[in-house]
Amino acid sequence: MRSRHSPLRIVYGDHRANWRIGLVSAFLTVICLVWIYPFVWMISTSLKSNNEMFSNPGLIPQSWATENYVRAWTEANMGAYFFNTLIVTVGSVVIVTTCTSMLGYVLGRYRFPGRNILFFSFVATVFIPQGFTIIPVFELLSRLGLSSNLFGLTIATSGHAMVIFVVLFAGYFAQLPRELEEAARVDGVSFLKIFWYVMLPLARPMVVTVVIMQVLHAWNDFLLPLVVTLANPAIRTLSVGIYAFKGEQFIDWTGMAAAATISIVPIVALFILLQRYFINGLAGAVKG
Amino acid sequence: MFETLHRYRYHYLMLLPGLILGGMFVFYPIFAACYYAMHDWSGFNSDKVFVGLGNFVKLFNDPIFWDAFRRSLIFLLGTVPLQMTVSLVLAVLLNNQLLKMSTWFRTMIFLPVVTPVAVIGIIWTFLLSPFNGPVNGLLLDLGLISRPVDFLGSTDTVMPSVIGVYVWKWLGITMIYWLAALQTVPDDVYDSAKLDRCRGAKLVWYIILPIVLPFAIAITLISAVGALNVFPLIMSMTNGGPFFASEVMEIFIYRTAFATGDGSIPRLGYAAAAGVFFGFVVLSLTIAQAIATRRARSGAREISS
Repeated sequence: MRSRHSPLRIVYGDHRANWRIGLVSAFLTVICLVWIYPFVWMISTSLKSNNEMFSNPGLIPQSWATENYVRAWTEANMGAYFFNTLIVTVGSVVIVTTCTSMLGYVLGRYRFPGRNILFFSFVATVFIPQGFTIIPVFELLSRLGLSSNLFGLTIATSGHAMVIFVVLFAGYFAQLPRELEEAARVDGVSFLKIFWYVMLPLARPMVVTVVIMQVLHAWNDFLLPLVVTLANPAIRTLSVGIYAFKGEQFIDWTGMAAAATISIVPIVALFILLQRYFINGLAGAVKG
Repeated sequence: MFETLHRYRYHYLMLLPGLILGGMFVFYPIFAACYYAMHDWSGFNSDKVFVGLGNFVKLFNDPIFWDAFRRSLIFLLGTVPLQMTVSLVLAVLLNNQLLKMSTWFRTMIFLPVVTPVAVIGIIWTFLLSPFNGPVNGLLLDLGLISRPVDFLGSTDTVMPSVIGVYVWKWLGITMIYWLAALQTVPDDVYDSAKLDRCRGAKLVWYIILPIVLPFAIAITLISAVGALNVFPLIMSMTNGGPFFASEVMEIFIYRTAFATGDGSIPRLGYAAAAGVFFGFVVLSLTIAQAIATRRARSGAREISS
């Protein structure tokens, strides 16, 4: 205890702490550089010509070839797949947020006949794997005549991931205070308007979380779009498109690297812009 | 009856869109999968023949199914402990408030999580390629190997390679969970630990871990369920090959149901049976999680009180 308060400790103690922090930073810097090397390599490769790719193993491209991007965008159809993915992502985000916020609101805040059984049915299915339900989902879509169009893919993508969001919304709405809602009711505001103008704005942090998680899910989804697009390659999403590209032109590394870059840029940009929400939203999943 | 319906009419109205969606894509498929699992059914237009539990009997006698099931377990045991420990170490290091670049490091480690799995599969097939792939290039330059290793093309190395890529892809998310758990540790715990000169591994093992144990169980089980859903990664890296050496449960289901093999007939009923069995395994894991978390939470409460 004596040494803690000695002047020497005060002077050298800081030094030692700084030194340790420096060491940890250096260690983490090395780890992170190795960690993101695949991305650096991918971008570098996408800017090389196919010949240079084999002759120049370095990371700095000599030719800065942009024709890989042109080829990926037009010949490999990445342009069309990009817009398909965008439609499915935006569409499913709108559907999922609307449906699950209303479900979560009613299930989280009100007690009515059938409420408990509904709520527990949702909770029980949270961890059902996709492989379990893919066959009936595809069969249902075929029967409705939606098995090979973008609308079918969009609603199926929405339905697949909704359960966890219902649970998250119900939990969030349940802990909001009663006063505002009651004040609004005394003023004669209708049930639906209270939800829309009072409660939903209060739940904005959870809405942001759900939007982000659904964007991630839709942009990443693979099994469902793969199955739905088996019969109609024109509606492939980026993930399926790049998988097909690999099957068809497995020697065109630079073209594929360009296609890969195209498909990750939007989602990575979104992540970096909204990083705080991503991290907090995901952290909420274990805290609850 | 009618009165109750009328009284809660707006509640039910607001439930409706979500219930339709959930009914179509969550609840109906669960019952339908169980129904198909009891039928011999080869395609979407052909007739179903009721076989009861016949598919399950066949399944349990099918060595290919058990191989796939075993591989899913190997995958689980290979990824989860590695992912949990490495991400915990990184989270403890990043949780240090004096570390100024903490956010940067976190962003970089999280980058693979937001990247579509199919893209990750493609990039890593290049990186691990025996022909001019940079990983082989590096190992050759360092003199660790004398000739290129076909990481994804040989039955011995394919599973470890896929496990490695999986851990790289998802480590960031486990790290975020750990960071969230570490934030719940009160500052005075660190202060008193410092007074007692307890730090480093000792601090983590004896003081931090017992506090975050309830989270640890939740995180382990979230990771375990994740490790059973690896279809996109394995599909885009190896298609389950070479010689089925990386065929896990979901690939088995997909291949059986949609007959992607040469000249094979789709067996939807059989695949549905495999799916139902697999679903039960995952469900048991989930229930185990719920029980374990509850026990750990009440245990932690007893300690703290």
